Amino acid sequence: MKIMVPIKRVVDYNVKIRVKADGTGVDLNNVKMSMNPFDEIAVEEAIRLKEAGSATEIVAVSIGPQQAQETIRTALAMGADRGILIKTDTDAEPLTVAKLLKALCAEEKPGLVILGKQAIDNDCNQTGQMLAALLQWPQGTFASKLALSSGKLAVTREVDGGLQTVELNLPAIVTTDLRLNEPRYASLPNIMKAKKKPIDEKTPEALGIDTAPRLKTLKVVEPPKRQSGVKVKTVGELVDKLRNEVGII
Amino acid sequence: MSTAVDTRPVHDEAEDEQILDAIRKWLERDVKPHVLELEHKDEYPQKMVEQMMELGLFGASISADYGGLGLSATTYAKIVTTISEVWMSLTGIFNSHLIMAAAVQRFGTEEQKRKWLPKFATGEIRGGLALTEPDCGTDLQAIRTRAVRQGDHYVINGTKTWISNGIKGSCYALLVKTDPEAQPRHKGMSMFLAPKGPGFRVSRKLEKLGYKGIDSAELIFEDYKVPAENLIGGVEGRGFHNAVGGLELGRINVAARGVGIANAALKESVAYSQIRKTMGKPICQHQAIQLKLGDMATRCEAARLLVEQAARAYDKGERCDMEAGMAKLFASEAAVENSMEAMRIHGGYGYSKEFNIERYYRDAPLMCIGEGTNEMQRIIIARQLVERNPV
Ligand SMILES: Cc1cc2nc3c(=O)[nH]c(=O)nc-3n(C[C@H](O)[C@H](O)[C@H](O)COP(=O)(O)OP(=O)(O)OC[C@H]3O[C@@H](n4cnc5c(N)ncnc54)[C@H](O)[C@@H]3O)c2cc1C
Repeated sequence: MKIMVPIKRVVDYNVKIRVKADGTGVDLNNVKMSMNPFDEIAVEEAIRLKEAGSATEIVAVSIGPQQAQETIRTALAMGADRGILIKTDTDAEPLTVAKLLKALCAEEKPGLVILGKQAIDNDCNQTGQMLAALLQWPQGTFASKLALSSGKLAVTREVDGGLQTVELNLPAIVTTDLRLNEPRYASLPNIMKAKKKPIDEKTPEALGIDTAPRLKTLKVVEPPKRQSGVKVKTVGELVDKLRNEVGII
Repeated sequence: MSTAVDTRPVHDEAEDEQILDAIRKWLERDVKPHVLELEHKDEYPQKMVEQMMELGLFGASISADYGGLGLSATTYAKIVTTISEVWMSLTGIFNSHLIMAAAVQRFGTEEQKRKWLPKFATGEIRGGLALTEPDCGTDLQAIRTRAVRQGDHYVINGTKTWISNGIKGSCYALLVKTDPEAQPRHKGMSMFLAPKGPGFRVSRKLEKLGYKGIDSAELIFEDYKVPAENLIGGVEGRGFHNAVGGLELGRINVAARGVGIANAALKESVAYSQIRKTMGKPICQHQAIQLKLGDMATRCEAARLLVEQAARAYDKGERCDMEAGMAKLFASEAAVENSMEAMRIHGGYGYSKEFNIERYYRDAPLMCIGEGTNEMQRIIIARQLVERNPV
């Protein structure tokens, strides 16, 4: 079975982002970029399936600018077998990404696509679900455990109030939650070896997908600064403040 | 006259970033949470050593032809700095090991390289450099450890001290006298690969101010027999050359450690000074603290640039004894000054064992002593200045 893992290049989770002065977006100048953490979990899970003998090949796919190739290299260094870069300088929206991935699935015919549940830059949480709908494949989102046996995939999902396990026929779509696994760091020898692994380049045009945005960003603003809290002396005072000052009870 | 073969690799920025990313992840996840405990127990970080083996660090600068990664000095220095920002001691575990490997790679016979380097690269055999003796460090030509040839063996007697990885390692590049009467003295010196065995024992672990976790030991050789094939380069009389041949790289490494400590002291000070409030404002708004931060940051940048410059020259195969000396001198002093300033900025907490600052303060001075004391660096720099600028 072939596993496809779409990965996104995002601002590193350690970076404290700043909004551009003109309010058109986030300042990306000299900002460290990394693989979306949920996608790292997806890559790790694919590698574990391969190590367990359940998968034969892992293809890491990224949609983005030329530099997204570095993100693919990281996946290759972790253990993916080859990469595909769909090159575009427009910031692809979830539906566009899902369409591109669908077109790629038609070429690659993976048995399983594992995506992060969301990207930490825009927190959309849409791509996996849209891809499942477009392909009409079953989906197991927010996975915290995967178990593959006799051609069926049991996905334990983290849902409000507990865990739910669904059984999917393959091919299927899975999106990862934080607790699915702890991704490995690439070893230095594997980073060197990854340089020799192939990365194909494609364009949205060649796949027949229009990447023009359908959404328009009007304004990006910083969230309001959190005010420091107040200490109350008694429960009575707390209730009084909630009722008369905050007005929520 | 030298049999030195240098395969100095080119260096690639994007690859550096990937390597440093992997190392940062390891540090964040598997090192940072355990440093304080291991440091204060002075416990050998066995698990981290195994992780360093998996990461490939024991082969970092060994040529790819012999199973290493063949990283450039520039990349290697960045790795050393990154790790030293978290726990400098760890870098000593692979650093002196790699200097031993470099002696084989640069001066060994092809047979020696093929026999030893692949095992050094995986970390299967780990070790270090045994030069210093109880009564001489700077003046290496005064060593007294003696090797006498007997058939296809040499018999070695003597004592080495301060040897990093002396207890946990299993093989050392051992500097000896094969001809104590030779003049000039260095012509009577040779270097052997000395694996542990009968006649080679560790007499004691040395207790020290800082550099905890890593073992520093006194080694005793009593009629220790080593096969003649372990004589590096196969020819007697080149030991001093072999030892000083690794010094430029060694100095760049110690300088890189200094940058790491200086950076760590700065980063923690920048963060702490924004949180700690006195007189109604964060202390970073007091000018007295700003003056310190300004100097600390400038030292970090200057030290880093000096290290980069020396490493680049080394990678190009250019002469860099003065450059490496300047980097070592400046970066180690930057580490000492920044750790002291960080302690002042942190007030009482800087003196607390629950914080990292007191560790930086204890670790930094070693950078002024190892790989040629800073007094010697100043002398080397001055001599070079005169030599390169004759009137
Ligand atoms: C923690 C630790 C780890 C070490 N690890 C190793 C190791 O792995 N392998 C190893 O071989 N060694 C190791 N060493 C030893 C280290 O390299 C020596 O301590 C160092 O070279 C200095 O030598 P020394 O201690 O004999 O000092 P000395 O040489 O006795 O120097 C004493 C003082 O005199 C000054 N001085 C000496 N000669 C001159 C001169 N000609 N002109 C002006 N000033 C001079 C020095 O700068 C210094 O201030 C280690 C030391 C320490 C503390």
